Amino acid sequence: MSIILYTVATLAIIGATAAIILYFVAQKFKVFEDPRIDEVEESLPSANCGGCGFAGCRAFAEACVKATDLGELNCPVGGAETMESVASILGLEAVKKAPRVAFIRCNGTCDHRPKTNAFDGASTCAISAASYGGETDCEFGCLGYGDCVESCEFDAIDLRADMGVPLILDDKCVACGACVEACPKNLIELRKMYPKGRKVVVACRNEAKGGVARKSCEVACIGCGKCEKVCNFDAITIENNLAFIDSDKCKLCRKCVSVCPTHAIIEVGFPPRKIKEEEKESSTAK
Amino acid sequence: MKKIFTVAPSPHVHSNDSTQKIMYRVVYAMLPLLAWSVFVFGLDALRVTLIAVVASLAFEYLIQKFLLKVKPTVTDGSALITGILLSFNVPSNLPWWIIIIGALAAIGIAKLSFGGLGGNIFNPALVGRVFLLISFPVQMTSWPVNIKSGIDAVTAATPLGIIKESTSIADALNSLPSITDMLIGNTGGSLGEMSAVLIVLGGLYMLWKKVITWHIPVAVIATVAIIASIFWLINPDVYINPAYQILSGGLLLGAVFMATDMVTSPMTPKGQIIFGVGIGLITISIRMFGAYPEGISFAILIMNAFTPLINNYVKPKRFGGK
Amino acid sequence: MLKTFNLGGVHPPENKLSADKKIENLPLPKTVFIPVAQHIGAPASPVVKRGDEVKVGQVIAQSSGFVSTNIHSSVSGKVKKVDVSADSSGYSKQGIFIDVAGDEWMEEIDRTEELVKEFNLDGSEIVKKIQEAGIVGLGGATFPTHVKLVPPKGMKAEVLLLNGVECEPYLTSDHRLMLEKADEIMVGIQLLMKSLQVNKAVIGIENNKPDAIQLLTEKAKEYQGVSVVALKVQYPQGGEKQLINAVTGKEVPSGALPIAVGAVVSNVGTAFAVYEAIQKNKPLFERIVTVTGKGVSKPSNFRVRVGTATSELVEAAGGLPENTGKVISGGPMMGRAIPSLDVPVTKGTSGILLMQEEESKRGEVLNCIRCARCVSVCPMGLEPYLLMTLGEKHIFDRAEEERVMDCIECGSCSFTCPSHRPLLDYIRYGKGKVGQIIRSRK
Repeated sequence: MSIILYTVATLAIIGATAAIILYFVAQKFKVFEDPRIDEVEESLPSANCGGCGFAGCRAFAEACVKATDLGELNCPVGGAETMESVASILGLEAVKKAPRVAFIRCNGTCDHRPKTNAFDGASTCAISAASYGGETDCEFGCLGYGDCVESCEFDAIDLRADMGVPLILDDKCVACGACVEACPKNLIELRKMYPKGRKVVVACRNEAKGGVARKSCEVACIGCGKCEKVCNFDAITIENNLAFIDSDKCKLCRKCVSVCPTHAIIEVGFPPRKIKEEEKESSTAK
Repeated sequence: MKKIFTVAPSPHVHSNDSTQKIMYRVVYAMLPLLAWSVFVFGLDALRVTLIAVVASLAFEYLIQKFLLKVKPTVTDGSALITGILLSFNVPSNLPWWIIIIGALAAIGIAKLSFGGLGGNIFNPALVGRVFLLISFPVQMTSWPVNIKSGIDAVTAATPLGIIKESTSIADALNSLPSITDMLIGNTGGSLGEMSAVLIVLGGLYMLWKKVITWHIPVAVIATVAIIASIFWLINPDVYINPAYQILSGGLLLGAVFMATDMVTSPMTPKGQIIFGVGIGLITISIRMFGAYPEGISFAILIMNAFTPLINNYVKPKRFGGK
Repeated sequence: MLKTFNLGGVHPPENKLSADKKIENLPLPKTVFIPVAQHIGAPASPVVKRGDEVKVGQVIAQSSGFVSTNIHSSVSGKVKKVDVSADSSGYSKQGIFIDVAGDEWMEEIDRTEELVKEFNLDGSEIVKKIQEAGIVGLGGATFPTHVKLVPPKGMKAEVLLLNGVECEPYLTSDHRLMLEKADEIMVGIQLLMKSLQVNKAVIGIENNKPDAIQLLTEKAKEYQGVSVVALKVQYPQGGEKQLINAVTGKEVPSGALPIAVGAVVSNVGTAFAVYEAIQKNKPLFERIVTVTGKGVSKPSNFRVRVGTATSELVEAAGGLPENTGKVISGGPMMGRAIPSLDVPVTKGTSGILLMQEEESKRGEVLNCIRCARCVSVCPMGLEPYLLMTLGEKHIFDRAEEERVMDCIECGSCSFTCPSHRPLLDYIRYGKGKVGQIIRSRK
């Protein structure tokens, strides 16, 4: 009987002591944290991709709570919906951001770009780009080892090893921008997303002079300027022998696609065109 | 058509060394020991080795092919070494199914679950051996008699067993084999630990072929020798003379073939000496004060666990100081 | 016991196929492409334009800073264009295309073979002339020589080391030069000693060139303060820090320049170029290039004008062997594999090595077996296996702590790795990233 008593008493004393110590320690090390941080964090996608520019979702949540205006803050993964719920938690106004999607501006697949040498070093784009211009004569194009694929947290990039250029899967892409950082050739751009995944893009980054560019790749932009002239919306600029279509200004009229002599401008997501006589061979991009 | 040249960052030449060659050199170094064990224990020894090798290779192939779904690497020779080493660490009369369990523990648990060759923290053969020693203590410590000794008995004691069991050193010395017998390998024990001369020979071959460096074996043996000598000098009636400590049991086999396993030993010479001294200390402690007569397997496994730590803190001598 | 450096090192098969081939003049090419960046530092800026007539030795691109050099025309003729073209890396670099016509040299260049021993310039005049002549380190690093000859404030050179090691397999250009131009090299050394104000110079030569050691030891007796040291054959002894260590026993501290231990290292080829620049008024526009390889029918040593396409050299050495898989500009350990034969010879091209198909591919990459061979061969005392992992995993702060910047990219680790792991590829990558981080801190 006394054994039981002793046991109970000892345990009680130990428990009580521990509780007291714990209480004081907890008091001593108490950190006040805005409860809204937790709330905001819960509404975020928890991908911790860093696409917002902060070190993970928690850091972003803290920034949101501190902010007085959500204009500068955006979670590209969650999109407008998430930002709206964040705004409602914090009682702020959500700023609508146009959703974006990544695009690899190179169409130099194996059948468009002849191979002129064979790289035998470590198979990463970063190492390949640091040591050589690439396996073709185009020093600007995609290397195809898939550093972007590696960097993508959302499985949104298909390596397409047999084609030589990866493909971004629009439905999975959240425009976090990790691949933009990962690409040593600076090929990937976050472009404005249009309905049905429609795009009109210069799928080329070749800054070499027309002749050189053309020789290295069939579908290289030669900087001829025809697209710039035909564009009614000032969306196209030519710099360093290379055309660029600003996706925020582009109205998807596709005039530039028809005039591009090398098919460097491609259209994505449109129904196949009826081939008209005057358009001769218009590009039928994938 | 234009010729397509290969380009790659330098260097553009490679030594003719390969992982496979290194592995097979270790195998060559072990072959004399295998031959001796067959000579001493008869075909039973060959049976044990064959089962261990076949089981190791088979487990490696099957697990990689069907469980991990990677390209099997059975031909690199590492599983072959594990198989042979495992058989070297068991008595020749071990039932076949126990050997297979040992091979499974070695290859499946110690090697492949850590990522295969190069990823394992512990020496696979030793994990197999210790697994068996703990699971089947009776079978693992009933030693068959040396067919050459001419004694008509079913089982015999190993020198270390004799030392552990004897009431006094004088008593032990009476029943212990002579130093010469132990050098040649005319005693009882596991398959590979018999002949000190052949182990040293294999070690010298590996040194010559640059498979191992001298640091680990020398550190292990020297540590054991020094500690054993100190105790023996203090009280020769209680502690056995250091020659027996070095020549008996698996010390030499462990020091030369298992502690030197590249994957599980430190990278720098300094680290290797720390590693070797650690093994020596733990071995002699277990032998003198522990429950088991032999401690080299445990010692190596314990120091294997310290290898990443040693690698982290012991850096090679940098060019240009500090 | 022969001297060598104290840490690591490997000994690849030497394959010096062209060691007994006399230096021949390569026939003039029809056209040359002379890049404006042939040295470490700022590219030179072109001072000629399309249609200009140029003579051999004329400045065609001007040095654009202290760490930069002049570029001289290697041929006479008409400038075709100033444009970009792919260099040895496949990236476009600016350069000058010249159509060759005749071989008309600048008048002040002394084209005789006569040895001119006497000089009466002072140190700074010598440095100035070296700078004007566009001389860079001809061992392969192409660091502008005049920069080395002006030690930073508060530092003083004590000894001049001449690199006649030629530790790269296959290459024999320095070896031949030492045999054929020993006196000129000696005078060049005197000039360098004068400019540095040192009275001691040591020529380090590996023991696989006994004829060069003998000849130079003989010649050195005639010149004050010059001596020759025979060194044990060990790669990378031609590395600046390794050579200093081998000859003087001193170790250049991490991150410091050789001048920190009072040494200045120069290649024997550079010494010859200095002789020509000062005694013969001839700027640097040609160099000795070894053309070699197991399948090459006529391994040779050529005197080549800078800007000549690789294909011309290959042709002169008996043509491109059928089974060539890789063409290397430089030696097999540190040279660059070039993507095409249009790549021009530059000031840093010490050799053209044609590798056969079967030796040009790397082996299959296997797991690291932690054999520590890379650690034991690293001449800088680094841990290549660890640096590779850190590079692979993008842990650059730790890589910096592990002294990735000390790596001299000699390739001993990749050479020796039994699992054929691309150690140096990742270390170089890590080095680049850490370099960026360090620069961004400043």
